[in-house]
Amino acid sequence: MMTPVQAPPAGMEVVYQRPEALSEVETRYCPGCTHGVAHRILAEAIDELGLRERVIFVAPVGCSVFAYEYFNVDACVAAHGRAPAMATGLKRMQPDSIVITYQGDGDLASIGAAEILHAAARGENITTVFINNAVYGMTGGQMAPTTLPGQKTTSSPCGRDVALTGQPIRMSELLAGLDGAAYVVRRTLHDAAGIRRAKKALITALKVQMRGLGFSMVELLSSCPTNWGLTPTDALAWIEERMIPYFPPGDYKIAPGVKALENGRK
Amino acid sequence: MTRELLKGNVAIAEAAVRAGVEAYFGYPITPQTELLEHMSARMVELGRVFLQAESEVAAINMVYGAACAGARVMTSSSSPGISLMQEGLSYIAGSGLPCVVVDVMRGGPGLGNILPSQADYFQVTRSAGHGDYHPIVLAPASVQEAINFTALAFDLADQYRHIVIIAADGLIGQMMEPAELPPMQPLRRDRPEWALTGAAGRPRRAIISFNLHGEAQEAYNLRVQERLRAIERAEQRWYEFATDDAELLVVGYGTAGRIAHTAVEEARARGWKVGLFRPQTLWPFPSDRLSALADQIAGCLVIEMNAGQMVEDVRLAVGCQVPVAFYGRMGGMVPMPEEVFEAVEREYKRCRPCAKAEATRL
Repeated sequence: MMTPVQAPPAGMEVVYQRPEALSEVETRYCPGCTHGVAHRILAEAIDELGLRERVIFVAPVGCSVFAYEYFNVDACVAAHGRAPAMATGLKRMQPDSIVITYQGDGDLASIGAAEILHAAARGENITTVFINNAVYGMTGGQMAPTTLPGQKTTSSPCGRDVALTGQPIRMSELLAGLDGAAYVVRRTLHDAAGIRRAKKALITALKVQMRGLGFSMVELLSSCPTNWGLTPTDALAWIEERMIPYFPPGDYKIAPGVKALENGRK
Repeated sequence: MTRELLKGNVAIAEAAVRAGVEAYFGYPITPQTELLEHMSARMVELGRVFLQAESEVAAINMVYGAACAGARVMTSSSSPGISLMQEGLSYIAGSGLPCVVVDVMRGGPGLGNILPSQADYFQVTRSAGHGDYHPIVLAPASVQEAINFTALAFDLADQYRHIVIIAADGLIGQMMEPAELPPMQPLRRDRPEWALTGAAGRPRRAIISFNLHGEAQEAYNLRVQERLRAIERAEQRWYEFATDDAELLVVGYGTAGRIAHTAVEEARARGWKVGLFRPQTLWPFPSDRLSALADQIAGCLVIEMNAGQMVEDVRLAVGCQVPVAFYGRMGGMVPMPEEVFEAVEREYKRCRPCAKAEATRL
């Protein structure tokens, strides 16, 4: 399926390599952060569907602001939270392009809540990759709209007090209620099985856009060891033990016509 | 070609259609809503992109996205909505992208009212959002000029890869007068070489408005400043009337400039040496011509529908050569020609003592 970047020596075959949709640059992500995993499987999904030359990628404000140079595709960087609006402008002008927004929880669920909600409501033919790691990463670990009750952050130093700040927002469940949303699922990146399912969901989401079926979003539960104050492995365990009970992985919206895409090859 | 009775907002919308606008994104707000409504019918009829956004914040970011794709794109709003667009405008400027924004200004601050105003002068000319830059700002004083400036706005935006704001006011937007629309221009076929279209058979492109390294960000800013200097040299536009022997120069733009014109005609009818200088570009401000005129005049009177904003640019242009007086109305109040004439009379007598006797006699 992959075209080898370098021809392998005789008698050997390439079984693992950098996807063509990823640039040959070092990322700035912290050790143990699952942004790298999310990038990798998104790039594999793009390559496997043969979409690299059609993709326009909209990076957010946040740790993944640099994703515009990590992906080997046309790209831009939106203002904080505005990626779905920017993607709307791009997609309306370039209906044959595959427009992808990549957004964190502060970006998508807080400052950009209106933009994502209305993009989904319009059935905008874009695909959103939603990285939920329960904190604002780039600014140093402040409370996010997805921060769990009692979770300590740099702006909730005694733990999130829901009496003062409300409950975390479950965005997939919220957006799934909109008729324009064709495919909304939550996956987790804390283990190999979850990553495999996440990649499959990304492929389905991109197929939804290729078919023009409406808005698609894959929420990915991700780790932030640096801001959680945990080792990379403990951070993965924290996703499983703390995040998954509040944010259960699952299929929240599978519109008619999408089910067939999930199993089909292309 | 025939003249027809056209409402300002509709005329601007149709002029944009005929100038080849490919996409319009907007949000309803009085007194510009007819512009959005006209677009909602015409753009769809022509198979172009029209979308009513969920907010002005979203609208300007949709414009940002469409501009990344290399489209001729526009939005329109009125003062409170333009406030909401400041963030997106700054990003568009930081990315070096072209777009056209129409501001049909209304009374403020706050929710203010829906009456005509020029209170956005600072908002549109100084920076339009954070950062160091100026948009190009065109100020029409009639429906015909609004039509002409709309086509010009798209050309300037493309030529300089820059934001062009048409600063109209509620009166220009709402009034009807005879005007002539230009013929329909064909849509541009090709996308610019920098547009995001998918990296098919070419290296990937990126359009971003940030740079973490101070030196590189400063280098970008210096390039922007070079572009702005080129715009200042080439694009200063103004209209002048009876300036040849003028001793008092009345300066006003848009609706205020038009009312000032009436007052100046009245003064001329009395034999007073009063002229009119009406900036058509608010940025770049037509300082060069105004500065030259300052050598011959004895005083300036600035008329605005605000507390005195452009008057600062007039003072910068004329320096300390002549006194600069100001007369303005605020909050959506449009000055009557009579009250502007009274201000003209007062200043004419003050700046030219020898004219006093003459004026009294006349």
